Amino acid sequence: MPPSHKEWIPALRELLASQPLAVLSTQDRGQPHASLVAFAATGDLREVLFATPRATRKYAYLTSDNRAALLVDNRSNTPADFHSATAATVKGRVDEIPHEDKDRFLGPYLARHPHLTEFVRAPSCALMRLRVESYSIVRRFQEVVNIPVPP
Amino acid sequence: MTYTLPLHSVRLEDRPAVGGKAYTLSLLARHGVTVPEGLVVTVDAYRTFVSTSGLSERIAMELGRKRFEDMRWEEIWDAALRIRNLFQTTPLPAPMEDALVQALESRLGARALVVRSSAPGEDSRGSSFAGLHESYVNVRGIDAGIAAVRKVWASLWSDAALLYRKELALEVESSAMAVLIQELVTGERSGVMFCQNPNNPDQAVLEAVHGLNEGLVDGRVEPDRWILDRRRGRILSHTAPMRDVTVLPSPDGTRLQSLSADQRDRPPLSDAEVGRVFETALRAETLLEGPQDVEWTFRGDRLHLLQARPITTLGEAGEDPRPWYLSLRRSFDNLKDLRRRIEEEILPGMASAADLMDQVDPAALSDEDLASEILRRQAVLEEWTGVYWDECIPFAHGVRLFGHVYNDTVHPEDPFEFVALLGSRDMLSVGRNRALQDLAALVRENRELGSALRRGERTDIDPAFEQALDRYLHQYGALSCHDASCTRDENDVIALVLKLAALAPEPDARKTAEDRAVLEERFLSGYGDDRRDEALEILDLARASYRLRDDDNLYLGRIEGRVLEAAKEGKARLQARLGDGVNRLTSPEVATGLTDSSFQIPASTEEEGDTPGYPVEARQLVGQPAGPGLASGRARVILEPSDLRELEAGEVLVCDAVDPNMTTVVPLAVGIVERRGGMLIHGAIIAREYGLPCVTGVPEATVRIRTGDRITVDGYLGIVTVDRQEGFG
Repeated sequence: MPPSHKEWIPALRELLASQPLAVLSTQDRGQPHASLVAFAATGDLREVLFATPRATRKYAYLTSDNRAALLVDNRSNTPADFHSATAATVKGRVDEIPHEDKDRFLGPYLARHPHLTEFVRAPSCALMRLRVESYSIVRRFQEVVNIPVPP
Repeated sequence: MTYTLPLHSVRLEDRPAVGGKAYTLSLLARHGVTVPEGLVVTVDAYRTFVSTSGLSERIAMELGRKRFEDMRWEEIWDAALRIRNLFQTTPLPAPMEDALVQALESRLGARALVVRSSAPGEDSRGSSFAGLHESYVNVRGIDAGIAAVRKVWASLWSDAALLYRKELALEVESSAMAVLIQELVTGERSGVMFCQNPNNPDQAVLEAVHGLNEGLVDGRVEPDRWILDRRRGRILSHTAPMRDVTVLPSPDGTRLQSLSADQRDRPPLSDAEVGRVFETALRAETLLEGPQDVEWTFRGDRLHLLQARPITTLGEAGEDPRPWYLSLRRSFDNLKDLRRRIEEEILPGMASAADLMDQVDPAALSDEDLASEILRRQAVLEEWTGVYWDECIPFAHGVRLFGHVYNDTVHPEDPFEFVALLGSRDMLSVGRNRALQDLAALVRENRELGSALRRGERTDIDPAFEQALDRYLHQYGALSCHDASCTRDENDVIALVLKLAALAPEPDARKTAEDRAVLEERFLSGYGDDRRDEALEILDLARASYRLRDDDNLYLGRIEGRVLEAAKEGKARLQARLGDGVNRLTSPEVATGLTDSSFQIPASTEEEGDTPGYPVEARQLVGQPAGPGLASGRARVILEPSDLRELEAGEVLVCDAVDPNMTTVVPLAVGIVERRGGMLIHGAIIAREYGLPCVTGVPEATVRIRTGDRITVDGYLGIVTVDRQEGFG
């Protein structure tokens, strides 16, 4: 990665740390489906965690097709966003964290969202993990970089 | 960040940080009035705690489950209990915990404590809300002191405070609570002085008791009462009560005890002491610039002023139901009396009222006699309904009281864990369902019997079944239906038994005796071995409260059934003249119709709803998680009592409110959704007994869900998901 590109990683890290919510994209037989989720990225940026009750559409769609995208952005919904907002599209595959591993991942997730404790601990709530394959980051309106994450 | 301030060093600029009560006492102390030594846990400590722990957002989420206006009082209580548990189980930030421990040790040492709320804005003139927040008397030890601080913080969100949220301007974003911790001055004589009689501005009123003034404030001890002339301080009158009891400190708080013979005969104060209290109260009035309501105590010869607040009263406007809700908080002693009355007088009274009605056959009466029989039954129902509201509903507080005691003792993660300890095999509705399961078991064992019953044949194939059915009808028949249309109809009972027989034999209700024993031991050992009897007594009362809250509905339902039975006979007679509209008539209207030949059915006020535009269909509905578990099935929405007969095994029961008389069909269902909200209402109780996922308090559940929808009941999260069709959103 050229030196000028190194600054993107801290910027990405900062963006992910600054936002509690992101838009998750799933699909049902070709029909895209978007939903808002509370997320937390792991320290190595390889995984992004979010939680959902098992009766939701997103859970059903991810069960039949685990490919997903997540949009994280820091827009303020003002015209200034065009020059100042940053957005990252995170692509990868999603699986549910098995019950026996749930506690291990709960720590980092709840550190970001302590008020979701009861929600995430409920047996009917699944903790999901997006294994990141790439980040695409946009800033200054049209400046875009891709950051593939090797498996 | 200043988490604590010594009471005697509080200054005017600290007022927003220490709250009205603490500031008032510090001002009096500065001017030489004797006030117990103390410490204030500041508003900053509260704010830091709720913001760093995420508690503030959790409170907002708890209160944001549905529109506040749509919450029943029971739901408000449930929310307050969950919030209280969050305050009790969420760890304090370490620096704050260290600061509290250090301040308590250095300032108050090993002394017994009083821990009270001191909310900013509270006790300022015109907004005195005595009793909405909690106080703890005779708290001993640093850990217990901090535990009491947590409970006082939580009481900012108590059910009572939430009821008065508008008056208190209660907002998650801005509201906060300081806590005043003082040495407990265990005076021998205590009381309350009103510098100005609320009923006569020229007078002052003094009330005094032997012992602590806690007994006077909560109404358990009747005080001596003096009326004084406000200008000269002269005693105008003295009224002595039957002095019999006193509240004294006990190892765990306070206890009601008999007075000694000597104290019974002697007023708590001499005339000269009455004068001293009046002078001190007047001094407070001058310093605080307005008439005060002052709590005080004498230890030996020294007069200590415990609390002062401006004289205001909570409005008791006629239509405001909130004072009634608050009156539901009963003391342990009061609840014991209520229990005796309900068990020995009210329930037997309801049963014999229904028995008496049974002796009259409505079909045999003339129109005129039937009309007066309907009105007579209606009047009896109204009378018992009044008793039910006045005494049975307040008795439910026994469960709530226990909930607090259990959570304070065990600190469970689930604030409603205590409910599992209360479930009872003795509940009427559970016993009735067990009898039905026994009938179903007989059908399962005898193939021939099942086929005959399905063909509608009632032969004596199985004498054991016949006997059991007779026993069932005799014992529960009158209780098994909620309206006259199916009263004691044995075909309905047989149809239900056949459905139950088709299911796998039911493992008896989920909460096993062993589970219960484990929880019970956890509670009893946590309460302390030396106080085991006391703990058992509280538990026993709570169990009675839980059981009777269910049974009383059944008894009242029986009377209601007899009213409907008579009205049904009347409707049948009116139908020829007035058409099908008779089914909309109330019982008193039926009586009028029977005696007045010019009677017309009142026009329906229901408007046909035809909303243009895009259809809005529910996808996820939010209520309260009232019974843990997750289940999916076809929805069976109960709009009419007769819909119950349609419920098939594997369906989800969706209704406005689970009527205790509806519980016979519950074992067929895989889950329950109820519009009426609450964790301790009948539907939730029964769902937990059967281990069924249950969500209560779902607004418009019976409108937004339709029979045939596939729905998922998430009883952990309190969510109902509707799969009407694959759609967007």
